[in-house]
Amino acid sequence: MKAPSFAYARPQSLEETFDLLDRHGEGARLLAGGQSLIPSLNMRLSAPEVLVDINALPGMAEIRQDRGVLRIGALVRHTQIEKSEEVAKHAPLLAQAVRHVAHPAIRNRGTIGGSLALADPAAEYPACMVAMDATIVLAGRGGERLVKAVDFFKGLFETDRQPGEVLVAVEIPAQLKDERSVFLELTRRHGDYAIVGLAAFKGQETRFAFLNVGPKPFLARGAASKASVDEAKQALRAELNPTADLYNSAATKMHLAGVLMDRAWNSLST
Amino acid sequence: MELALDITVTVNGTEVRRRVEARQHLVDFLRDELGLTGSHIGCEHGVCGACTVRVNGEIVRGCLMLAVQADGCRVDTVEGLSDSKELARLQKAFHEKNALQCGFCTPGMLMAAQDLVSQKKRFSREEIREHISGNYCRCTGYQAIVDAIDEVVNG
Repeated sequence: MKAPSFAYARPQSLEETFDLLDRHGEGARLLAGGQSLIPSLNMRLSAPEVLVDINALPGMAEIRQDRGVLRIGALVRHTQIEKSEEVAKHAPLLAQAVRHVAHPAIRNRGTIGGSLALADPAAEYPACMVAMDATIVLAGRGGERLVKAVDFFKGLFETDRQPGEVLVAVEIPAQLKDERSVFLELTRRHGDYAIVGLAAFKGQETRFAFLNVGPKPFLARGAASKASVDEAKQALRAELNPTADLYNSAATKMHLAGVLMDRAWNSLST
Repeated sequence: MELALDITVTVNGTEVRRRVEARQHLVDFLRDELGLTGSHIGCEHGVCGACTVRVNGEIVRGCLMLAVQADGCRVDTVEGLSDSKELARLQKAFHEKNALQCGFCTPGMLMAAQDLVSQKKRFSREEIREHISGNYCRCTGYQAIVDAIDEVVNG
């Protein structure tokens, strides 16, 4: 189908973006890569008054590492992440995950900021950010506000981003030499949404963040506190309560989450 | 707020200026405004890949980009790449290997395949399959398409 009618603005600065967001309130939607927003417009699931295209905002398409923090601008596209040596070196979990994001033509347009702001429960990046203990950077009129990923994702397509704010970057603690991470997901076909996915990180703290088992990334704190994989899986069964989807029952998802836990545990301990 | 905007796009090497509705997709602009109907419209929500075009050298979904977003960009379609002979080897291989039946997916397949060919590297069949995984063909079962691309990138 064709998208409903809307107005379009391409601000050149954050100030101009804030003005547009103030003026149009809930009628405005931010457009980044558009790889989820435009399908939802085409299917008329969404009908904003005005699209505020943030692609021209300066300085938001960069990846840089500084004093142990990898900062990825919101307009960095999946392909850039895939090709980035900085990401491969400092956030190898993300480098693994990006290969599971859709298909090449989509990866050329879709952005990390768009994916995080949308907070699709089946998306790869939100779970990665929780596993890496990343910080989401939100810009508003009063300046920047920092929110830990685990607090940023609040529910189904729901985040802590407030009206008038723009997600401008994500800051990831650079992975240290003795830290390990692995990204795994199970899909029917390559590039499909995951049935279940797992972003796992092992450093001083161990974090298992599951995707597509509920409305937002699920941090399996109980499993992470265990010393053996069997105990971890037992803890997972107690703390995880996956939601069924059209094709997979809750029991299937629970089983598959255990399969991924097995694989991740092996990978992190070798 | 403007519901229609003036854009300037370089399509297949020719600069065109048009006033477009904000809601118009790039692929509808190419087909309806410029008569370039080689890029097909299948699903209109980014799943099938039939509308694959090149924007500033990178393949994108023509149904997931607005025409206004292409303002100032270079857009190449299957017509342009065909006329410039960039696709000649792929077209010959598709023909010889029977890599199409109804042909609906073929423009998108060629655009996605050329994205590999232009990298001038060798690719395994697995990598070829992965690269065209966002392009649906409902006739061939893909075997012959992979054969054709394999011949051009590795032959």
